[in-house]
Amino acid sequence: MAESADERRSRSVGSLLRAGVMLAAAVVAAGAIPYLVAHGLDRPDYSVFRGEPKILRSATGIVRDALSGDSRGILQLGILILIATPVARVVLLLADFVRDRDGLYVVVTAVVLGVLAYSLLGSGFL
Amino acid sequence: MNILELTALLGAGACAAGFVGSLTGLGGGVVIVPLLTLGLGVDIRYAVGTALVSVIATSSGAAAAYVREGYSNLRLGIFFEVATTLGAVAGAFVATWAPTRAIAIVFGLVLLSSAAFSWQRHPAAVRDAPPDPLAVRLKLAGSFPEAGGMREYAPRKIPLAFSLMGCAGVLSGLLGIGSGAFKVLAMDRVMRLPYKVSTTTSNFMIGVTAAASAGIYVSRGYVDPGLAMPVVLGVLAGAAIGTRVLATARTAALRLFFTAVIVVLAVEMIVQGVKGAV
Repeated sequence: MAESADERRSRSVGSLLRAGVMLAAAVVAAGAIPYLVAHGLDRPDYSVFRGEPKILRSATGIVRDALSGDSRGILQLGILILIATPVARVVLLLADFVRDRDGLYVVVTAVVLGVLAYSLLGSGFL
Repeated sequence: MNILELTALLGAGACAAGFVGSLTGLGGGVVIVPLLTLGLGVDIRYAVGTALVSVIATSSGAAAAYVREGYSNLRLGIFFEVATTLGAVAGAFVATWAPTRAIAIVFGLVLLSSAAFSWQRHPAAVRDAPPDPLAVRLKLAGSFPEAGGMREYAPRKIPLAFSLMGCAGVLSGLLGIGSGAFKVLAMDRVMRLPYKVSTTTSNFMIGVTAAASAGIYVSRGYVDPGLAMPVVLGVLAGAAIGTRVLATARTAALRLFFTAVIVVLAVEMIVQGVKGAV
C-alpha cells in the first residue's frame, strides 16, 4: 500500500521536474536566437562586476522585460522558470502528503516551503 | 573572443559540468567556477551566480530521471532539506562577518581527508544490523534498482546525518559552492547508504538548497542571462548523458570518479581560501 503511494509520488515528481526543465530550456533557446543575432559578434565584458540592470533583478521586472521582447529578458525568464522548478517540486510534495494524510511529512514539507518562501521574499526578489 | 565563441565554449564546459554533477551528486560548480574565473577572466560574482544556475539545472535535469527510476529516496531527501535550507539561510545571514577564507580552507582539508578514506568498504556487520527506530518512524527505508532486481536498504545514524546536512546547508550559504560533497559524504560514509542512493538523493536535494539562495543572487545582479544561457542548455545535455551512464556504471568506478572530483574541489577551496576569493 505505502509502497505504491511512494511510487506514484516518484512518478509525479519526476514528471514535474522534467516539464520544468523542458519549459526552461525551450524559453532559453527561444531567447538565445535573437540574443546571439543581436550580440553574437560583440566582445563580452565580464571581467569587471557591474551587476545586472535593475529590471533583471526581480521576478516581476524579468517578466515585464521578457514581454517587451528584450532577448536578455527572455533568457532571464527561462532562468526564472528553472529556479521555480525545485520550489514547485516542494509544493507538489506538500499537496501529495496532504492528500495521503501523512501528517509527519506534511509538517516536514511545509517547513521546507516556509524557509524557501522566507528567503525568496526576504531578498526582495519577488 | 566574441559572444558567439564564449557561448560555444561555456556550453561545452557546462555539458561536462552536467555530466560530472549528475554522476557524483555534486552541483557542477567545481567545473563552472574555475572555467569562468581562471579560463575566461570572469568576475567571481558572475561566476558564482552562473554556478548557482548550473546547480539547479543539474539537480532538476538529473533528478527527473533518478526519481522515476527509483534511485533517489524522496522521503530522505525532503526530510534532510529541512536541515539544508535552514542551514543555507543561516549561512547567508552570517556570511558578512564569518571568516569565510578560513572556513574554505578547513572545508578543503575535510574533503581531502574524506577522499583519503574513501577506499574503505562498508563492513557487512553494519549492513545487516537491525534498522534504526527513527528511520522506521520516518519511513525512510527504501529500495533501488541493481543488476538482478531491487535491493532493500535501511538508513541509520539519522540524527548525526541530519546535523551534517545542516552543516552542508551553512557551507552552501557561506561559500556558494560545495554542499553536494558534504551531502554525499554524510549519506555514504555516515549513514552507509548504497552509493547510488547517496549520490542521486544528494542530486535531488541540491536544487532546493540552491533555490533557497537564488533570490539573493538574482536580486544582487549576480545572474547574467548571457552567461546562464549556454550553461542551462549545456548542463541539461550533460546531465541527460550522465543519468544514462549511472544506471549501468559500476559503483567502484563511480566512487573513484567522485573521489577524483572532490580532490579537485578541495584544492579549489583551499586556493580560494588562501587567495581570499570567497
